[in-house]
Amino acid sequence: MTQRQVQHPIHLQTQDLACGRGDVALVQDLHLDVAGGAGLLLRGPNGAGKSTLLLTLAGLLHPLAGTVHISGADPDSGPLVHHCGHKNAVRARLSVLQTLRFWCEINGGGGLAPEAALERVGLLRAAQLDANYLSAGQQRRLVLARLLVSPRPVWLLDEPSAALDAAGQSLLIDLLAEHFATGGLAVIATHDEIILPQLSTFTLGGAP
Amino acid sequence: MSTDDIPKMSWWNRLAHPGQFMSWTRPLIWPLAAITAVLMGLGLWFAFFNSPADYQMGDTVRIMYVHVPTAWLSQFVYAAMAVSALGTLVWRHPLADVSMKAAAPLGAAFTAMALFTGSMWGRPTWGTFWEWDGRMTSTLILLFIYLGIIALWRAFDDQLRAARVVAVFTLVGAVNVPIIKFSVDWWSTLHQPASVFRADGPTMPASLLTPLFIMFFAFTLLFATLQLVAMHTEIRRRRLVTLERRAARGETA
Amino acid sequence: MTGFLGVLKRELRLALAGGGEIMTLVLFFIIVGAIVPFAVGPDQVLLARIAPGIIWIAAFLAMLLGLDRLFRPDRDDGTLALYRLADMPLAGVVAAKVIAHWLTAALPLILASPFLAMILAMDGPAFLRTLISLLVGTPALAAFGALGAAITVAVRRGGLLAPILIAPLCVPVLIFGVGAISTLGGPGQATSAMLLLAALSLMAVALSPFAAALAIDWTEE
Repeated sequence: MTQRQVQHPIHLQTQDLACGRGDVALVQDLHLDVAGGAGLLLRGPNGAGKSTLLLTLAGLLHPLAGTVHISGADPDSGPLVHHCGHKNAVRARLSVLQTLRFWCEINGGGGLAPEAALERVGLLRAAQLDANYLSAGQQRRLVLARLLVSPRPVWLLDEPSAALDAAGQSLLIDLLAEHFATGGLAVIATHDEIILPQLSTFTLGGAP
Repeated sequence: MSTDDIPKMSWWNRLAHPGQFMSWTRPLIWPLAAITAVLMGLGLWFAFFNSPADYQMGDTVRIMYVHVPTAWLSQFVYAAMAVSALGTLVWRHPLADVSMKAAAPLGAAFTAMALFTGSMWGRPTWGTFWEWDGRMTSTLILLFIYLGIIALWRAFDDQLRAARVVAVFTLVGAVNVPIIKFSVDWWSTLHQPASVFRADGPTMPASLLTPLFIMFFAFTLLFATLQLVAMHTEIRRRRLVTLERRAARGETA
Repeated sequence: MTGFLGVLKRELRLALAGGGEIMTLVLFFIIVGAIVPFAVGPDQVLLARIAPGIIWIAAFLAMLLGLDRLFRPDRDDGTLALYRLADMPLAGVVAAKVIAHWLTAALPLILASPFLAMILAMDGPAFLRTLISLLVGTPALAAFGALGAAITVAVRRGGLLAPILIAPLCVPVLIFGVGAISTLGGPGQATSAMLLLAALSLMAVALSPFAAALAIDWTEE
């Protein structure tokens, strides 16, 4: 599916990572090591720092201490990371297809064609609709299509299954399985059950 | 990235570490303040009692002893801020943030003082409080920039974030200030051919220069003293905020 | 390059589909210009003399008005985070936005300026000079505006702060913009003002995307 099939498996490692908002650390001394073909489920109570950790892994937040290192990928092939946050980046007055094409243009193509990606996530019939008219679950599906049009080895997903129906949940699991099969890795913050043999669980902020 | 407990290696980092900085500059404050006070007193004595009145302007020339040093500081403080901004951007140094933040209100105060004394001086010499003369105008715009920077500082809750944004704006301003000055000079000569009286012409007798120089150093030292005190205050304030947040987290976690 | 064009296309599409935002700006521009005669009196000679200044001030205010929609909606809906992870430098995104801002907030004003010129009693040659100086100078306003919008993007209620920060920086643009029109200092003055205005515009457009990208990267992290 991707020409970014890597010889060395991709690796996401953190060393003594501390991250947080402002100067207050939410997560400290974190050592993570996720290899290509596998994923990590982040769990923890609200406010434990799951979203902050994902932002830090994506490079959108500066770590308070320590490092995030992604190895095993070709540095010339552009950004390695997809980050899907709480916000869907969907704007009124742009159609679903226009929105996805725009994402494809700024992120670089190389994956599925936008129409094919819409079909994969079950939104092809809504392609010409104003993206803002989509329901919350449909918007999440549109975000998943973003992962398909621009293949990147690292997916950082923040509550990807929120608002998804049962079919959407199994779609997410299928997409993750395909992603792992092509050597990608994923870190997923969620409260739902996502059951895949490649996924291990890491719990944040269990102490006091 | 809190303001304390960061391990530092080199001598420069040790000197510039906020805690270290506090301890090695604390003994400097009182001597600096004393020298400032002495120089200021001496300068004022010269200015009021031991310098001649101008044959044209009479006693109003004495305003110069406050006006010229503050006008100089209005630009010097901006330069100091720009250097600190560079420190923030390049080394992400917390002390540079603190110095930048402490300098802004001081710069605004000196600039406002320069404008005030300028217009006080303008009334008897030009016959009006405000003249759209190149120097006055660009000083006014500089004051607007200072006030904008202070407003920007206050608009952010998170001071670490604010520092970097303010640093970008300060540097953009530093690039722009010469352009603004040039454009305003161009504009003022276009609208009123150079008829404006120039106070600091080359023919200033020594009797005027001595008090001017003393006041010049007095004001610069005054800035140094105030800057140090303001930096100490800011460092303490940040520590307090950090401690408060930790306490809040300790209770809720 | 596809990314650059993609951003440009999206901005234009949003502005054109935007339910008359451009119309509102143009209307604001014309009303500001048309309200001045009520304040200074309908003296044709006086109006013709200050008309270049009025048109420039009206354009300046109208462009400040459109600043808030430059980055804030993108930040609110998460597109800004997407830009930061995009396969193109953030400065490229800002550059595309500056161009889009100029096309949607400055060009319509320039097209509407003949109407203002007419009611402000400008003569033909003066109007032509106004048109050229607006064309040359407004890119600088767009670039400074983008910078102000980027600096205040993380500030709640930054809408008022950006104009305050940007206005002092725009003083040279106004000075040279009006200077390029007025014949007060002779034709040589006007020409040199026009050249200085062009230099200012080029510099602002070339440098401000980098400064704005820096500001966005650092406020968001």
